[in-house]
Amino acid sequence: MTRRWLPAPALSGALLIIWLLLSQSIAPAQILLGSLLAIAAPLLARPLRPLAPAPLRKPVVLARLLFMSMVEIVRSCFNVSRIILFKAEGVESQFIRIPLDLKDPYGLALLSCLINSTPGTVWVEQLPDTNDLALHVFDLHDEQWWIDTIKTRYEQPLIEIFEHE
Amino acid sequence: MTPELETLPIWVSLPVTLLLLLGSAIILIGALGLVRLPHFFQRIHGPAITITLGTGSILIASMIYFSALQSRLVIHEVLITAFVMLTAPVVAMLIMRTAVYRDLRARDRGQDDSTEDDEATNEVYPFSTKK
Repeated sequence: MTRRWLPAPALSGALLIIWLLLSQSIAPAQILLGSLLAIAAPLLARPLRPLAPAPLRKPVVLARLLFMSMVEIVRSCFNVSRIILFKAEGVESQFIRIPLDLKDPYGLALLSCLINSTPGTVWVEQLPDTNDLALHVFDLHDEQWWIDTIKTRYEQPLIEIFEHE
Repeated sequence: MTPELETLPIWVSLPVTLLLLLGSAIILIGALGLVRLPHFFQRIHGPAITITLGTGSILIASMIYFSALQSRLVIHEVLITAFVMLTAPVVAMLIMRTAVYRDLRARDRGQDDSTEDDEATNEVYPFSTKK
């Protein structure tokens, strides 16, 4: 019964919160309207989601990963600013190749969002026939360091979250 | 200076001002990156600091300012952060892939007019995308 009417509880909760933030009120009428929206929208959008919604496992690992990436984003912001201001001409940017073990589509989507949100790195593509990631790094000083960082600090927690049997 | 800002206590106006200054400085540096960096694949990293730390600090400043001004919690700016964080990475990836495929196609056709500049800055896509 719950599965039928509430196929994605996390999505519904997020929609309700978004509605309440948009209307800037927690009046009962708004909560009712938001709840209707939060129940109707996932039902209507279900055909657009070919994969089953990912269950939220290991929220602590996820929270730690998100916090770590936020710190990393702020740190990289200052690094990139420094390079733009003081050594824009001699910056050593390169494409590198990172072999990935992560296969879950949701995990890969989150990994790409985190990498692209971090200034200084842009995800290019997953190379065909392999599970390798092509990544463009703004200021490459040590290729192996980047590979190790992505694999241990980002990919490992994501495997824990999304590929847990 | 608006009269509202003068009526606010110092512990509100100080962080608001500092955050606004930080945000504008970061956005300016991001724009400078577009001008100063020599190659397309480097210029794509310039606006990345604008959308993260730049918008981030301005939105936090807005939250503090309007919360103090209206004496209630104003946090719907969080939505802007969420939407920017959802859309910006996708756009960055699309632009990057478009540029890479344009270069690969030019290379396949044997048009060498752009490769000279590319090799000078060490910016050639090194991987094959052929199946």
